[in-house]
Amino acid sequence: MAQAAMGGAYGERVVARGGSLARRRAWIAFFLCLPLILLVLALVIYPAFYSLHLATLNKSMTRFVGLANFTFLFKRETFWMVVEQSVIFAVSAVIFKALIGFVLAHLVHRLPDKGQRKWRGMLLVPWVIPPAMSTLVWWWMYEPSYSALNWLLESVGLEAVPWLGDPYWARFSVILVNVWYGAPFFMIMYLAALKSVPAELYEAADIDGANAFQKLIYVTLPMLRNIIAITVLFSLIVTFANFDIVRILTAGGPRDMTHVFATWAFKLGIESNDIPLGACVSLFMFPILGGAAIFILRDVHRRSRELAGVAG
Amino acid sequence: MSRAEVAAVPAAFVPVAGDLRRRRRWALWSAYFFLGLFCFFFLAPPIYMLVTSLKTSQEIAALEGSPWLIREPTLANYTALLGSPTFLNFFKNSFMVAIIVVSVTMVISTLAAFSLARMRFLGSTALATGVFLTYLIPETLLFIPMFQIFTWLRDVTGIEFINRWWILCIVYPTLTVPFCTWILIGYFSSIPKELDEAAIVDGASTMQILFKVFLPVALPGLIAATIFAFTVSWAQFLYPLAFTTSIDQLVLPVGIVTNLIKGDVFNWGQIMAGALLTAAPPVLIYAFLMDYYIAGLTAGATKG
Repeated sequence: MAQAAMGGAYGERVVARGGSLARRRAWIAFFLCLPLILLVLALVIYPAFYSLHLATLNKSMTRFVGLANFTFLFKRETFWMVVEQSVIFAVSAVIFKALIGFVLAHLVHRLPDKGQRKWRGMLLVPWVIPPAMSTLVWWWMYEPSYSALNWLLESVGLEAVPWLGDPYWARFSVILVNVWYGAPFFMIMYLAALKSVPAELYEAADIDGANAFQKLIYVTLPMLRNIIAITVLFSLIVTFANFDIVRILTAGGPRDMTHVFATWAFKLGIESNDIPLGACVSLFMFPILGGAAIFILRDVHRRSRELAGVAG
Repeated sequence: MSRAEVAAVPAAFVPVAGDLRRRRRWALWSAYFFLGLFCFFFLAPPIYMLVTSLKTSQEIAALEGSPWLIREPTLANYTALLGSPTFLNFFKNSFMVAIIVVSVTMVISTLAAFSLARMRFLGSTALATGVFLTYLIPETLLFIPMFQIFTWLRDVTGIEFINRWWILCIVYPTLTVPFCTWILIGYFSSIPKELDEAAIVDGASTMQILFKVFLPVALPGLIAATIFAFTVSWAQFLYPLAFTTSIDQLVLPVGIVTNLIKGDVFNWGQIMAGALLTAAPPVLIYAFLMDYYIAGLTAGATKG
């Protein structure tokens, strides 16, 4: 990591001044990090491992039952529905967020510099409103008898939609809210990245007679590859673990069709008081987290090597 | 590739000045058109929130004409909320939690980021990476074991943790500290080393370097981190929903969702007014400090 490399250079300079001073500095450095270390150990690492332990207990948490909770889950139809819906929800929402964000970033990037600020400011508003509150207004717009969305649809001659009443429309509705909320974030990220692409590359492409599509494929996408990968991975994790939207809009209904891991774990663990089973469900978010973490770590390491190479 | 671009660029490239100018103007207008469409999609919900909050219950229930227009604007929903001790108490709880969480976060993150950006000890590199990974662990994974841990702590110490608003001050830093530390490491590392070397030559201690050199120079980073910590603790929904239930212990988001919605009676005007008042602080911060807000947002991913 770049920071560590810099810290290293600093450390060596101190070593030259004498071993005991260096040791004292290392202790100071450690004590400065101590609150952070304690916080992470007590409230992140410990609970994470504790949930592994919890998942192996019976409902009253008095007896060790091994993997019985997991085999119980595997036999339930609802569980497989939750798996399916979590994957559909996360994958489709992230794809649309990334696509819309990419298109928006390009559109804003093309405007004259003076107008960009205003548009960017307006387009980021969904990201700024607390998601629980914006989900409330979406719920109100979906509301069957007063639906403002259906009024709009009917005013252009389309049919009213049972937004939250029909299970499949409800799945669509929760994804729509998530896309609405998350697309501005992608836009901001891609816009920042677009600004860092050197203009010479496009000029060179122009001279070679490249059209807009070729410039996109051969200049923009390769230059944005890293940021696209990182934002998609981040968003995949966050969307996979999403709670607020589904909880407020449908609370998992109709017929448990819109439950994702987080809302189902909440329902089992907190509302039905079956903490081990809830812990068990939330543990299924681990594999995707682990996978994403490996990718991100690899990227961080590679980039710090590149940075070190440039610096040396 | 945007659709606008396809429409704007003819297949054959003809380098004629007039044609180029016309093409540019076309591209610009199509960009404005599509941006306008997206703006409508993005801004319609908050606008509808405002519209509904200014209507009376009778007007909402009447179902006459467009729901997007107001015929008899009223502030009754706002006065009812601002005159209600319950709602003001939600506000107070939210503010207390946010202020405490921001203070705690900034102290922990600044100290750790200073150490990780400039000094070295056994395992400091691993810790910097670890901080980044903790930021990726979602709260939806931790709330059940945490609930159980706090129940167990009550049995051991006799102190009630669950259903107290201040428990959120203990829990929220897990969401804010990793990210704030991460962006501060970035800001601190970008400070030229000559600056602290000059301070060392002048005889400054480690703490003096932090307070007299790093904090003033990295002020934009500190502001960005503060904004992030505030917005996260203001908007958090899962932890308060799981950990607090009594009406006097609730924070705003949960208070509005669970309390203004009673049984089958939905007072939509008041719900929307409450939602708008809750959204106001982060939106105002964003409106006045947009550049810092965006800097904090982008620093997280571009630096990592």
